Amino acid sequence: MPDEYGAGPDIAMKPVISIRDVVKTYASGFQALKHINLEIDKGEIFALLGPNGAGKTTLINIICGIVTSSSGTVTADGHDTVRDYRAARSKIGLVPQELSTDAFETVWATVSFSRGLFGRAPNPAFIERLLRELSLWDKRNDKIMTLSGGMKRRVMIAKALSHEPEILFLDEPTAGVDVELRRDMWSLVRGLRDTGVTIILTTHYIEEAEEMADRIGVINKGTLVLVEEKARLMKKLGKKQLTLQLQEPLSGIPAELHSWGLELKADGHDLVYTVDSSNSIDISSLLKRMSELSIVVKDLHMHQSTLEDIFVKLVSEPA
Amino acid sequence: MSRPLSLPAFNRHGVWAIYKFEIARSLRTLVQSLITPVITTSLYFVVFGAAIGSRLSTPGGVSYGAFIVPGLIMLALFTESLSNASFGIYFPKFTGTIYELLSAPVSYVEIVIAYVGAASTKSVVLGLTILITAALFVPIKILHPAWMIAFLLMTAFTFSLFGFIIGILAKGFEQLQFIPMLIITPLTFLGGAFYSIDMLPPAWRTFSLFNPIVYLISGFRWSFYGTADVSVGVSMSMTVGFLLVCLGVVAWVFKTGFRLKN
Ligand SMILES: Nc1ncnc2c1ncn2[C@@H]1O[C@H](COP(=O)(O)OP(=O)(O)OP(=O)(O)O)[C@@H](O)[C@H]1O
Ligand SMILES: [Mg+2]
Repeated sequence: MPDEYGAGPDIAMKPVISIRDVVKTYASGFQALKHINLEIDKGEIFALLGPNGAGKTTLINIICGIVTSSSGTVTADGHDTVRDYRAARSKIGLVPQELSTDAFETVWATVSFSRGLFGRAPNPAFIERLLRELSLWDKRNDKIMTLSGGMKRRVMIAKALSHEPEILFLDEPTAGVDVELRRDMWSLVRGLRDTGVTIILTTHYIEEAEEMADRIGVINKGTLVLVEEKARLMKKLGKKQLTLQLQEPLSGIPAELHSWGLELKADGHDLVYTVDSSNSIDISSLLKRMSELSIVVKDLHMHQSTLEDIFVKLVSEPA
Repeated sequence: MSRPLSLPAFNRHGVWAIYKFEIARSLRTLVQSLITPVITTSLYFVVFGAAIGSRLSTPGGVSYGAFIVPGLIMLALFTESLSNASFGIYFPKFTGTIYELLSAPVSYVEIVIAYVGAASTKSVVLGLTILITAALFVPIKILHPAWMIAFLLMTAFTFSLFGFIIGILAKGFEQLQFIPMLIITPLTFLGGAFYSIDMLPPAWRTFSLFNPIVYLISGFRWSFYGTADVSVGVSMSMTVGFLLVCLGVVAWVFKTGFRLKN
């Protein structure tokens, strides 16, 4: 479905998850979520970014039925996740953050168990395909406790997919996973998205969100501080910095250059010119002016801010 | 939480998956879970049946060895049902795998049926194993087989329900052991598993009537030998009453917020 339509912002998609005014206060009195409102579109990959303790897991657990919200409503595919939990939950698969598995069970047994638990009739052919896709087929008769951490995570994914969910939650799917497995995971997620599955993932790796997501939400201290399409976010918040390395250090910025809003760094060796969405790039006239002032440029490089920079900036601002 | 009204009215695949999982868990330790009670039962026969029992007179002309069989089965039924069911639901809480149960489209009723059903099944199999073992030592007769089965099934189910409640409320492994060790075992020993309460001095006999276990054992023994400390009607009523109390507590636990969720 996403391939047919692309990720165009102006195509109206039906929200598959709708979160309204969700508040969570834990028994300790700690308010982990403060009035969260969010809609997830069908078929998109949504990345939820936030520092430790921001409330990502709490939000996912509320949607999946593991934690009860203090107030607010959530619908999944139009079904209220509390009143109509059977319909809602049968559409959802969850790979939780913690690796908790039944150590003494075999891979095959635990994945088949999950399918049954979610109300599906046995389908050995489907489970076989799933295990093959996740490179678990050779391990199907092994007890889970004999598997490596990365393998266990694949088992958790297989369990989450065993009932053919339409919505998949991945709570930090690549934490503690090596580069190769991470790449595998990403291609798996893309493959799923291509079959129409909506994916919501949380991550600490900005790189991951940048690589994968169609949209990004940033959560900090229980508040969604931003929800934006990735491309637009990069354009809106992304800034370019031109750093000019000077032959001779300057003790101050010459008055003639003040209008560019330059910064002097590295003990006067670097002149930094910041271009953001509010001013347009005017490098040639800057360079021309500098040569008129006999400031010799030794080297120059351009830096475009990554999502990481945007993220750090967002969460360091008081929420 | 309101009753689910949508989709399949009963998640039978889910119930079956949990049931199978729980049975498979005990099949892995089949040897321990069956050999242990068989050895224990045999020891009881050696100690109580042969050594002490030969000096005791029992009501109804039944040999002492045969007399204690229903009590032994009941004792095993109580402790095994409690430990199986409490462990079954506590363990996923402990390891964290409970997340899957909580996020699955299964209702509380289905969860109870699956876990309690599996624990009861194991207890019944165990009870029958002890019965067969006992039959190797002493002549057993069962005068009222239908009542015997009814008491067996209801006791297994009730104590599994009780164990399930303990497992849900327990905050640590030691609490799982606490009730069986501190309450059930003493009550069973005092409840006429190894003697008829008629053998007790009158004051103790009256006191014993406050022990619910007396009624369960008495009824069960009646289904074997036709003799009882209290009438079988009273025994059955107590058994049903205890079952209803446990059902009520389970309903209350779930109604006042599933203790498994934050
Ligand atoms: N059961 C609980 N009782 C009390 N407070 C809790 C409970 N669970 C989580 N919290 C608190 O709620 C806040 C949000 O936790 P949550 O696990 O949702 O964060 P997170 O964004 O997933 O963090 P991380 O990136 O570390 O996984 C934290 O401050 C945490 O300490
Ligand atoms: Mg988390």
